[in-house]
This record gives sequence, structure tokens and C-alpha cells, in this order.
Amino acid sequence: MIVAEQKPMAEIKELVAPYKKVLILGCGTCVKTCFAGGEDEVAVMASALRLAFKVDGKEIHVEEQTVERQCEDEFIQESAPAIARNEAVLSLACGAGVQAMARRFKSTPLLPGVNTTFIGVLEKPGLFTEECSGCGDCKLAVFGGICPFTRCAKKLLNGPCGGSQNGKCEVSAETDCAWHLIIERLTALGQMDNLRTYIPPKNWRASLAAGPRRLFREDHVI
Amino acid sequence: MTMESTSRLQKILSSGEFAVTAECGPPRGVDPEIIRKKGELLKGCVDAVNVTDNQTAIVRMSSIAACAHLVDMGLEPVMQMVTRDRNRIALQSDIMGAYSLGIKNILCLTGDHQTFGSQPDALNVFDIDSMNLVRTVKTMREEGRDMSGFELKGSPKMFIGAAANPFADPFEYRIIRLAKKIDAGADFIQTQCVYNLDRFKQWMKMAVDEGLTEKVHILAGVTPMKSAGMARYMAKRVAGMDVPENLIQRMGGVAKEKAPEEGLKICLETIAELREMEGVHGIHLMAIEWEEVVGEIVAGAGLMPRP
Repeated sequence: MIVAEQKPMAEIKELVAPYKKVLILGCGTCVKTCFAGGEDEVAVMASALRLAFKVDGKEIHVEEQTVERQCEDEFIQESAPAIARNEAVLSLACGAGVQAMARRFKSTPLLPGVNTTFIGVLEKPGLFTEECSGCGDCKLAVFGGICPFTRCAKKLLNGPCGGSQNGKCEVSAETDCAWHLIIERLTALGQMDNLRTYIPPKNWRASLAAGPRRLFREDHVI
Repeated sequence: MTMESTSRLQKILSSGEFAVTAECGPPRGVDPEIIRKKGELLKGCVDAVNVTDNQTAIVRMSSIAACAHLVDMGLEPVMQMVTRDRNRIALQSDIMGAYSLGIKNILCLTGDHQTFGSQPDALNVFDIDSMNLVRTVKTMREEGRDMSGFELKGSPKMFIGAAANPFADPFEYRIIRLAKKIDAGADFIQTQCVYNLDRFKQWMKMAVDEGLTEKVHILAGVTPMKSAGMARYMAKRVAGMDVPENLIQRMGGVAKEKAPEEGLKICLETIAELREMEGVHGIHLMAIEWEEVVGEIVAGAGLMPRP
């Protein structure tokens, strides 16, 4: 899923401050799952904003709504009436959601309420970890299902650097060394030969390095 | 091992002589006199001077420029090159430029992560890794081609080095990685500073058993300690370092003003043991901001005069 984190309240207040009527728009998919922008977070955010501006003696009207997915035109359509009633939208969707909204509602200011952080998983309750950088050229089969491009701080392809100790990354003692995990897993799978082979430089052409990517599916053109 | 480079360090190692190299960090500024002074201290007591490339991710005078100053003095530099700051285009370009300036040895590294440096906000590159860089230099040297396959007008006949850390985890994989670096084209290996001799011996034995020491020259890294504080700092704070407790206590067990002397004593004992180990073909002295002591160490170890 796409993992996001709510922006600090002070920053959100500053974004919202110029407006008197604001729609807080949640998204019911990824950001709901990572507790950043689902229905519950929209409700909490709305109360927090009302309270914060009340303390400052400023009047603000906050409306709440959550759509299934802000990144799909089909779903964001439902928010059109609410958007028409408000001066701005504080979107709690990921960056793709905010931009899809901007594409559809050309005259409404869109304010991002979350920082989109990564593509990841819920490793355990309360902990999300980054697993994929969307490089466009997946080599997980070679690395036992653990991505060194994403999970090694140096993007090493040919084994761990000299700083890995006790299975932890030198950059952060809280982060597992991806290479330690790869070696453990390939040992268990009996595939350590994968790591004796020289892995050539990565082809980054399929990644963001070559500019924003498009995926065209001719078979889906109507 | 190929005989294709024109490096003096290679000639010394190939002749079976026990090699001595030393490290030299460029200044955080533009004054070439600082490099020349360090060069003067090392002249005559080492076979090559290894010049760091923005080590610990702190901005310094470039390794290429500092190496060129040393070449002008008649010293032979080993240019360190990290993949942290440059993509493959800049790396290949700099390798050719360096060779054109008379730099004949390269040490291919991935580099310390920028979060450890003075500008942790920087974007890293890591387009290719150190293994890829080793192979790139080898292909340029032996096939005269760049990474695109383009035939170069003249190729860099560099002696290629890579790093190995016998003290990092997972231990068993370290030898596989060493073998990969040799296959990729490493002619010599410079190790992390050796303090834990037992572990280093075990690693060397694995390298010998795998036949790797027949294919590569291993230079053991040696760093003299100045104080008990430095010993503790390296043990606790420097990633990939293994300083045994007994050495920390030994450094702490003498009066503060006697600590550098004790550090040099440990250093000489280490070198003596390293010289006895099968497959160790030389030492690389990393006397960090203490270059003036290198001559004393080399002489004390009975490694003077240099060839």
C-alpha cells in the first residue's frame, strides 16, 4: 500500500488559515489502512481544526467527507457538491489523490494534509516499513523476495557493505540490513548461488530517473 | 591478476615485496600546501599514498586534484573513488581524466553514507555499486571500452583496488563477496583496520583455503590509536569496526600522555603478526591526521628502506 503520515497540526493550520469554509476529504483505501486519511482521521482532523481556530478566536466552517479512492475520477465525482460549497479542500489522500482532485476541480485550491512517504507494508501493529520504490524493473526473484534497491541505504546489488553488523543497517540501528535478510532467506531456500553471480549495474530507465512514467494499455482503450 | 597496469605499486606487489601504503586525507579547503606537506612526510617510507574521496561524507578537496599534486611531487597516489556522489557517466569520465593526470591506481568504493557526514540533507547517487565500478575500470583497461561498449582512444591502465571488511556481518558471506570482487577485476584488496587479529586470521584462512590469495594482493589495514577515547569511539561509533575490549583497556591502562606510545606499540605488534600471515602481501597505514608517525612505524616495523 501507499503509506502516508499526517502533516503536523501547525503546518495544516497555516495551510487552512486563509479560508473560512474548508472541506476535509478523506480517502478510503491506502491512507485509511495506514491511519492517515480515512473516515476516522477526517473526523479527528475536523474536530482538531475547529478547536484550534476557536482558541484563536477565528471562525471556520469545516465539512467532512470521505470517498473510496481519491486517485480515481469515478470516485472523486461524488465530492463535487461538497467542493462547490467550500472555498478549499484539505485532502488527506496521497499525492496521487491530491493531484487527481486538482485535475478534476480546476478552480478549487487543494491543500495536502498528509506527507506521502512510501510503498510499504504494516510490519507489525504501529510499524510500517518501506519495501518497494517502484523502479519499474523488478528483480525480487534474484534476491529472495527482498529488495536491495529499496531496503539497502546504498542500493547495493552485490552484497552487504562493510558497515552491517548483527543484522542491522549502519545507517539506522532500528533498520534490518536488507542484505542480511537476503542472505538468510536465500540460505533457507538453498539459492545462495544467486549471490555468487555478478549483478551488473541496474537499468534505471524504467524508473523515475527517466522522468515521470506512463503506462499505456491499448487493450483497455474504449 | 593482470600485468596490464603501469603502476609501481603493482610492480612491488608482483615482485613479492611486502608493500606499504599510507592514507592521506585532502584538506577541507583549497590549499595544495597541506597535501604537499603530508606528501613530504610520507615520501620515501611508503610505496603509494592512498587519497580519500570525501571520506565520511565530508566535503574536501577532490581526490583527483589531491592525487595530481602528489604526482607532481613524484609520489604514486592511489585514488579512492566512491559511487555515492557520481553517476556512471561522471565516474568513467573522472577515471579517464585521472589517468591523463598520471594517476595509476584506483580504489573502488561505495562510500560512507551521507547521513554520517556534515551534509546529511544531500541526495546520494549510488547509480552503481563498488563491484560494478571495479568491473567498469577493468573493462576500460582491458577492452578499451566504456560501459556503453564505445571504443576509447587510449584506455586507463590502472591497477584496481577494492575494499573488504573481515569484521562486518554476515561473516560467512564476506569471503563470497571478496571472491566476487576479485572476479569483477580487483587486483588488490585493502581491508578495514585490523585490531581483532583472531577474527582476521580466521578470515585470511578462509581466503587462503578458497585460493583467493593466489589471485589478489591483500593489504591489511592498520590504524595506530592515539588515545583510549579513540579506541572506545571506534569500537562503539564507527560502523564495521571491531576493537577488542583488551585493547581498549590497554590504551586506558597507561597515563594519558603515554597513550600514543602505547598505540604505536600495539600497531607494531599487529604489523609483526600480519607479516607472518599467509596471503597478507602488505599493509595499508591509516594514521588519521597523524601522518608524521608513519615513517616511525615503517622503520619500527623493519620495513625500511622501501624499494
